[in-house]
Amino acid sequence: MTYATRSDMGVKGTHTPKPQTLAQKLIAKSAGVDTVSTGDIVTARVDLAMFHDSSGPRRLKPMLDSLGAKIWDTSKVVLVLDHYVPASDAQSKQIVQITRDTAKEWRLKNVIDSEGICHVVLPERGHLKPGMFCVGGDSHSPTGGAFGTYMFGIGATEMLGVIVTGEIWVQVPQTLFMNWSGQLSRGVCAKDMMLHMIARLGMNGGAYQAVEFVGPAVRALSMQERMTLSNMSAELGSQVGLIAPDQITIDYLRNTRADLTDEWCGQALAHWYSDPESQGVRYEFDASTLSPQVAAPHSPANSAPIESYGRERFNVAYIGACTGAKLEDLRAAAKILKGRKVASGLKLLVAPASAREQQVAKEEGVIKCLEDAGATLLANSCGACAGYGFNFQEHDRVISSTARNFKARMGPASVDVFLASAYTVAASALKGELCDPREYL
Amino acid sequence: MSALKNANDASSASSASSSKATTTTNPASKVWRLPKDIDTDNLAPGAYMKLPVSEIAKHTLESIRQEFASSVKAGDVIVAGPNFGIGSSREQAAGVLVELGVLAVIAPSFSGLFFRNAFNLGLLLLTCEHAELIEEGEHILIKQETKDDPLLGKHHHFWLECEKQKNLQCSSIPDFLMQMIEHGGLMNVLKSKISKASTSLL
Repeated sequence: MTYATRSDMGVKGTHTPKPQTLAQKLIAKSAGVDTVSTGDIVTARVDLAMFHDSSGPRRLKPMLDSLGAKIWDTSKVVLVLDHYVPASDAQSKQIVQITRDTAKEWRLKNVIDSEGICHVVLPERGHLKPGMFCVGGDSHSPTGGAFGTYMFGIGATEMLGVIVTGEIWVQVPQTLFMNWSGQLSRGVCAKDMMLHMIARLGMNGGAYQAVEFVGPAVRALSMQERMTLSNMSAELGSQVGLIAPDQITIDYLRNTRADLTDEWCGQALAHWYSDPESQGVRYEFDASTLSPQVAAPHSPANSAPIESYGRERFNVAYIGACTGAKLEDLRAAAKILKGRKVASGLKLLVAPASAREQQVAKEEGVIKCLEDAGATLLANSCGACAGYGFNFQEHDRVISSTARNFKARMGPASVDVFLASAYTVAASALKGELCDPREYL
Repeated sequence: MSALKNANDASSASSASSSKATTTTNPASKVWRLPKDIDTDNLAPGAYMKLPVSEIAKHTLESIRQEFASSVKAGDVIVAGPNFGIGSSREQAAGVLVELGVLAVIAPSFSGLFFRNAFNLGLLLLTCEHAELIEEGEHILIKQETKDDPLLGKHHHFWLECEKQKNLQCSSIPDFLMQMIEHGGLMNVLKSKISKASTSLL
């Protein structure tokens, strides 16, 4: 680790405001103070709490009832049904029923039912914006960081504490700046950047500190690609994965909500970034030399450039999850698959991350490209990635655009899952074996 | 690095710290030794997540240590390599260990999310740089001292006395987290806060 060479240039004896990282500014706002220091433990006011059918009502309701307590502010709660839908068996049906019944009983205002995965539908419906402090009952909640939101995952009991008190403790983290210079090549994307970072730092290399993605190659990414970076901060083991808002963020937000004034946007851009003199650890990466990355079983940290692999045969290719089946991922796969057919004996499964995005993909002709190539479309839910319902079969060899390839996560322990981008999954589906997508671009 | 950046150095350097009596948390506990990178699917496999914790617990660690769930005894401890608890936010990954009576998990580092979940459910985690020196089947004592520090406030200092290793230092734990262990989790802390609040209104 190398510490930032930038030091506090404030002249001694004069009052200069304490330089703050983006993470520090977000925490300070939520704690109602001007500045915070790394290591401080503070109580933050929560602007939004998101939970889903697995972590939500089925676990929260019995605890809330036994406390005899009420939800602090139902307008700040978003419930998403995405893990056990479509319900495939009696237990799943029961969980989904409890979730729907409880949503009515609690009079929740924001319920998104079977229309996509929480981390994708939350920003899609305009729930996130820069400056907010949010928690989610799911480990991929750092996805919200792409919008300049301090958002992290918590378990159900801690969520109970949040919905009763509206508050949560947080220790002010150090910031690890991931600085990406250069420009990505064709067929290389945010997923490859992330697998590379996880291989370099390890699955807990983020040490529950704040990661902030910076540099020209990050600035060049669309919002959806930025969400992939922030999403897989979970696999880096950081608490959050932040990206300071810019015009790309503002343009996305204005498409999702009508209430953002020019003045608000100007203020957001003028405040939510890391002060140049703020302290942190800096890691340097070059996007120009990055190849497509592939993670071998059974850890995302087992990632290496695609060139370093020998022949790896697959019988399933999976494009799914909040990590790897957003609109941009579907478009990427379509670029590769257009006018081609998947290898015989291989199943290509696509579970678009949101119903709205699937509709856009349909209008663009992207869905037709996928289906013509032989893809089977699955529901807009977590599907095989969560391993809660639909799973892979004994001895399947899978290449997947999802986030985790832990042993026995997506099916029996005999299943081998390789992780890669939607480009690489699509190219490998055509060959029936690991294939560099640049061959088709 | 500890999931909670801790204050061991600061506490031992602070001459103003006042120490209270040393206590031993446990009769000697038997060690189950596990490798690094134990993930939440090892602890609470996704296929059983529909079930109550008591049922998931029967499958704890079955993908790597099949006899664990049926053989572990109340009061045993897990000693593991770095990055214990990586993966999902599912708190059942900590809940199954509470269900099986595991007294504490000791490792050089934990997933931050798992760390929070464990304390919220009343499971003690000790961050111990040299945990991997401890061997399978050893019996260890967990020693504890409460300290008051003008900067850090009240916190709890832990160390381990093992058969082969003496005085293995652990990161200290702030008092508000130890309250969760002492009360058996956040639920009970909230219960006592709510009952205090309603008593004070009467």
